[in-house]
Amino acid sequence: MSARFRPAHADAPWATLLVAGAAVLVAILLLALPLAAVFVEALRRGLPVAMAAIVEEDSLAAMRLTLLVAAITVPVNLVGGVAAAWAVAKCEFPGKRLLVTLIELPFSVSPVIAGLVFVLIFGAQGWFGGWLQAHDIQVIFALPGLVLATLFVTFPFVARTVMPLMQEQGRDEEEAAATLGASGFQTFWRVTLPNVKWALLAGVLLCNARAMGEFGAVSVVSGHIRGETNTMPLHVEILYNEYQFAGAFAVAALLALLGLITLAAKTMLERAGRRHSRSAT
Amino acid sequence: MSVHIRDVARRFGRTAALEGVSLEIAQGEFVALLGPSGSGKTTLLRILAGLEGSDAGVVHIDGEDMTGVPARERRIGVVFQHYALFRHMTVFDNVAFGLQVRRRRPTTAEIARRVRELLALVQIPELERRYPEQISGGQRQRVALARALAIEPRLLLLDEPFGALDALVRKDVRRWVRGLHERLGITTILVTHDQEEAMEMADRVAVMERGRIVQCAGGEQLLRDPATPFVAGFLGEATRLACEVRGGVAHFDPIALPALRVALPDGPAQAFLRPGDILALPGAGAGTVRAVADPAAEQPRLLVEIGDLRIDATAAPGMAPARGTTCRLSLRGGTLFAADGQRARAEPLARVARLVGDSGM
Repeated sequence: MSARFRPAHADAPWATLLVAGAAVLVAILLLALPLAAVFVEALRRGLPVAMAAIVEEDSLAAMRLTLLVAAITVPVNLVGGVAAAWAVAKCEFPGKRLLVTLIELPFSVSPVIAGLVFVLIFGAQGWFGGWLQAHDIQVIFALPGLVLATLFVTFPFVARTVMPLMQEQGRDEEEAAATLGASGFQTFWRVTLPNVKWALLAGVLLCNARAMGEFGAVSVVSGHIRGETNTMPLHVEILYNEYQFAGAFAVAALLALLGLITLAAKTMLERAGRRHSRSAT
Repeated sequence: MSVHIRDVARRFGRTAALEGVSLEIAQGEFVALLGPSGSGKTTLLRILAGLEGSDAGVVHIDGEDMTGVPARERRIGVVFQHYALFRHMTVFDNVAFGLQVRRRRPTTAEIARRVRELLALVQIPELERRYPEQISGGQRQRVALARALAIEPRLLLLDEPFGALDALVRKDVRRWVRGLHERLGITTILVTHDQEEAMEMADRVAVMERGRIVQCAGGEQLLRDPATPFVAGFLGEATRLACEVRGGVAHFDPIALPALRVALPDGPAQAFLRPGDILALPGAGAGTVRAVADPAAEQPRLLVEIGDLRIDATAAPGMAPARGTTCRLSLRGGTLFAADGQRARAEPLARVARLVGDSGM
């Protein structure tokens, strides 16, 4: 009898099999297969051809630009995201709910709209267009526009990963630090930040992956000037539209590889974080 | 160091957490703030620590006005309710924190020496490399205490520090903390809702009710002369009964309890009867024993049902109480409050009658 006993929380074996099987199937068909196809297609005519497409001048320029945009947006979002999460989790102020909603705005608004908004504001015909032109500052169709659009799209990543953890941890440790004589900065640096470091690193990596891969918002503000304002995703599209499939898939594979490395790094960090907290239990 | 609190008030939105609290605490004294949850005791503690502001009133510590002095400059050690240990730091680093953030930071060797000294003082020197999650509740509490003591506090605040410990450990730790207080002589304020804890540990107990200190005195005096019906009801596990005073005698009708002689004006009154005031006598009577609290005691505590009331009583000497047996109740005394708040100690009628009889002879 006891061998047939099933705990109340356990589901029937056939149900587990069915649901898990469906999930795995969908994951393979929709997630793994396309990714694999990118690499297969990129290497179809051999590694040398793929490499040649990558070291081509415009491709290298696209890579440099992508890395530059990410190198600017990630630190900005790191600081901004931590500040927003800290304000929401540890402080009481009017408009707090509004701030939380605003932080999530980029998740719900289409990136294309974000791009269009920046064109509307900073474009030649936009609100500040005249002033910017008079001062010879180029925002749209230049690096500043790319950075702004990417910032908008990637802002929630750091804030949303750090905020729940900070909220869960409350203010007790900060108050204890204050009674022990720590200044605000010491408290933040020695208590608040170390308590969220693993979540923070995970958020930064996700932010980085999105910053490198963003297409929609960047596409609107870029202007697609080859070798100048083309990031890697835009470059892939151009190559593809020009029927340069080998090049398109080679650059796409490289982009995918960057994403995979980021994901792997995040997984490793999470595991390190868990190990750290387990060693502490 | 001495603490002087005068007319401190604090509101949160529309609710008043503190309404004009005044309290004097002498150098080296151990005072407990005792009250039900929501009585404002934690708010008062947080105001003392500088973690909360007050709307009115002044706090002086050692003669120095604390208004506007931030928490980090007060040198007040706090042991928080859930200890609030830094979870990512070892026990050693937790205790060292207060020394490391100092403007004139001691040398690393000096810090290490101080930390080891403190860990020895709280009797957990072997735990210095563990993380808070790796140690027991009682050990965490000792770490929290060592951490608070590291800053050489002028005043030590303990916010329900034993609440998270199980009953056995709690008793030990209570005595140990009181012993430590006697050794170090640091002025200490304990916030608690546990009267036994307050009575056992503190020199004086300040009873708080709805944002006010209603009485502050030694434990014995609180039990003997409760200033208000609230204090009488909150301490000593008293049963509160309505009664009627007529001609200096309090009647409990329709409850089958004997009347008491009391010096109060005629009218309705409230009686507070402690378990020790109510004696259960064996034999036929209106009461039924429903539970025996400590059967091994010489005079066990009983839960007696009388009518639709359940009251805590004490078994008469020699009575062998058993669940379900009937008993008669006799009163040895009680504390009564008239409707206008006037208080008097009540006496059994029988003894008065005998005294009258004696004087007549």
